[in-house]
Amino acid sequence: MSFKIVVLAKQVPDTRNVGKDAMKADGTVNRAALAAIYNPEDLNALEQALRLKSKIEGATVQILTMGPARAAEIIRESMYRGADGGYLLSGREFAGSDTLATSYALACAIRKMGKVDLIVCGRQAIDGDTAQVGPQVAEKLGLPQITYAEEILDLSDNKITVKRRLERGVEVVKGSLPMVITVNGSAPECRPRHAKLTMKYKRAATATEKQEAGNDYTDFYDAHPYLNITEWGVSDIEHDIQWLGLTGSPTKVKQIENVVFTAKESKRLTGSDFEIESLMKELIANHTIG
Amino acid sequence: MNFFNDNPAIKFQLSHPLMKKIVTLKERNFADKDNYDYASRDFEDAIDNYEKVLEIIGGIAGDIIAPNAESVDHDGPLVENSRVIYARGTQENHEALTQAGVYGITLPRQYGGLNFPMVAYVMSGEMVSRADAGFANIWGLQDCAETISEFASEEIKAEFLPRVTQGETCSMDLTEPDAGSDLQAVQLKATFNEADGMWYLNGVKRFITNGDAQIKLVLARSEEGTSDGRGLSYFVADNKHDNTVLVRRIENKLGIKGSPTCELVFNNTPAKLVGTRRMGLIKYVMSLMNGARLGIGAQSVGLSAAAYNEALNYARDRRQFGKAIIEFPAVFELVSVIKAKLDASRSLLYETTRFVDVYKIYEAIEGERKLDPEEKAEYKEYLKLADALTPMLKMFSSEYANQNAYDSIQVHGGSGFMKDYACERHFRDARIMTIYEGTSQLQVVAAIRHVTTGNYLKMIRDYDAQPINPEFTSLRKRLQIMTNLYENAVSRVNEIKNQEYLDFQARRLVEMAGHIIMSYLLIIDASRDTEDQFRKSAEVYLNYGEVEVRRHAAFIKKFEVANVDIYKVQ
Repeated sequence: MSFKIVVLAKQVPDTRNVGKDAMKADGTVNRAALAAIYNPEDLNALEQALRLKSKIEGATVQILTMGPARAAEIIRESMYRGADGGYLLSGREFAGSDTLATSYALACAIRKMGKVDLIVCGRQAIDGDTAQVGPQVAEKLGLPQITYAEEILDLSDNKITVKRRLERGVEVVKGSLPMVITVNGSAPECRPRHAKLTMKYKRAATATEKQEAGNDYTDFYDAHPYLNITEWGVSDIEHDIQWLGLTGSPTKVKQIENVVFTAKESKRLTGSDFEIESLMKELIANHTIG
Repeated sequence: MNFFNDNPAIKFQLSHPLMKKIVTLKERNFADKDNYDYASRDFEDAIDNYEKVLEIIGGIAGDIIAPNAESVDHDGPLVENSRVIYARGTQENHEALTQAGVYGITLPRQYGGLNFPMVAYVMSGEMVSRADAGFANIWGLQDCAETISEFASEEIKAEFLPRVTQGETCSMDLTEPDAGSDLQAVQLKATFNEADGMWYLNGVKRFITNGDAQIKLVLARSEEGTSDGRGLSYFVADNKHDNTVLVRRIENKLGIKGSPTCELVFNNTPAKLVGTRRMGLIKYVMSLMNGARLGIGAQSVGLSAAAYNEALNYARDRRQFGKAIIEFPAVFELVSVIKAKLDASRSLLYETTRFVDVYKIYEAIEGERKLDPEEKAEYKEYLKLADALTPMLKMFSSEYANQNAYDSIQVHGGSGFMKDYACERHFRDARIMTIYEGTSQLQVVAAIRHVTTGNYLKMIRDYDAQPINPEFTSLRKRLQIMTNLYENAVSRVNEIKNQEYLDFQARRLVEMAGHIIMSYLLIIDASRDTEDQFRKSAEVYLNYGEVEVRRHAAFIKKFEVANVDIYKVQ
């Protein structure tokens, strides 16, 4: 039985280690100053996909990412951990996409893939923190969705059972395939790269990357077809150009501010029972914990 | 944190000129490249593969093993129903390394291994130990698989080796209550059962690291009526946890608390003979011990690296009298000497490992075809070099790990004595390293013949002839003077022809040779390095070693044979 899982993954600037030069004067992200990493919650999603793959005979995991040529790294990174391959959606027509245009482009690409059983992605990306792309992809494809997933508990008879992490507890829900699941950061961390897969796939490349590497490798890639990463441009997907890129993006960023937290008041505790108890009461009262 | 990427001193060792020979031999001229999709295609590809896999291990070491180290040290393993339960962190560490597919790193690909040379394996050991020296034992016990791969029958290899690559752990069961350093006294009994063609083990083993492992290599007395090493054979037991091997207790130790040290009862445990009867101690255990000593070298260097990082970071952050304490001579000298001992022991570690690699690979090739005379001669040469450097490495690296951990606490002052800082754990973890797999005193016993036969001197002469950066010429001159002092001390001790006197001075002589060899290695490394990582350490270490050599030379020069009696304690 074939079971096709697609993981939507994004290469993002590492906003967890932001320095002074993280933003440019015009209020956009200075991508050159930040390392490009695998969006953390997309890694949680990949792990869920790989766990399903190991349980379902014949299941495959494909990565779909939209971005510049270097975003192919996300696909290789996934293959090192067990994904079968991936699609890079790339081209200047996609540049400047907000969540609406992104989800439109991704939905067009997924339609092109034929039968897909399950789409998994991270809850949100750390560069925008919108949590909109996953749900919008589901809507555009007319698929049901389960958000904030923490664990896929069961998959049988075309029904999937998922544990969701909510603000004040967990919820177990069931839905029909095909569907979209967005995975929460509290889900198990992604497995490390696998040594043999890393050695096997380290030369996996898109057409653009192969061109840059020169013609010497043509025979090599012909002999090792599993090293070819599919690269789609705008002409490879059925689309309406007005919904793509900047023109398809109604979101306008007016201004971005750097927020620096400063300690307004500080309190020094000696660690006595009384102080611990009153601190706990205070933190519960102002909803920091509990 | 990635313990491979943040430490260019490790990667530097992959660029050593001898790597070309090691990789080409290990890969049998890249014969596997069309049979396995992950096999290396050429030399550059192989080095790139080592780096990629070491980066995976370095990431696991930095992101998982190191953060778990404190809780593992605190919680430790438990024994329940005669079984060992690892601390939670130990389980996570082991699972991550298993998922990454890196166990069996040196094993041939046909058994699921990565077929990496020892150099890459030792690098992994260094990084894992820097993260948690106790866990380095569980990682390092895959040495047992190496022994199986070298000496066991095809049937045993096919049965056990793939399981190691899937994350089953190993133990080497040698010591007993009355057989520690003196393994000839091993009593555990092996009896052959004609009916099913299996051996059965009965008896007690003690101080067995990771004793509840699935795959056990056991030294046992197969020849009834014998009492020495020639009555011992080597066995592999498949521990199915069916009560034929019981964990009676685990030791409560000073350090490496995450590594379970077990007392075991063998109760009719079925086992298979490895190699030839009666060769257990003489051949296989000696080989295993040499591998294990290299492993302790890696563990010691990893611990020194951790101690150095802690000391350096603290000395930079801590301010007293209006400035960072690293600006005070008394502190920066401490830190730079830690660094020099770390770099010196690391240079010796990888030099030794390269020699081990070449001879071991030739040994494996010999199992496939006859070596030609030139190869045979090379094999013997590298075996001799490895034999000479292994005990020296084990002694120096473990002693330096202890000294470095001690000095790291000193840099921390009072805070270093508290549980709040990792340096106190390093100090406790280091302590066993000069003891297990042969004490420092026993390493001297193994090393001294390379003093008396002139092997070390010949190596020193060869190092002296190697091209170096002209800026180190004055250092080399000082090393030549130190070599003279060493030669004089050796002839003085040799002339007297008194075994007890030789034994008494042995450690001093081995140390003199060691200081000189490590100084040369640092100069050679510093000459080859383009990033200027080792120049300071070469100078600092030579300053340190020179004083030590002169001290020993003076002691030996004025010491009368009869004076040994003063030291005899009744």
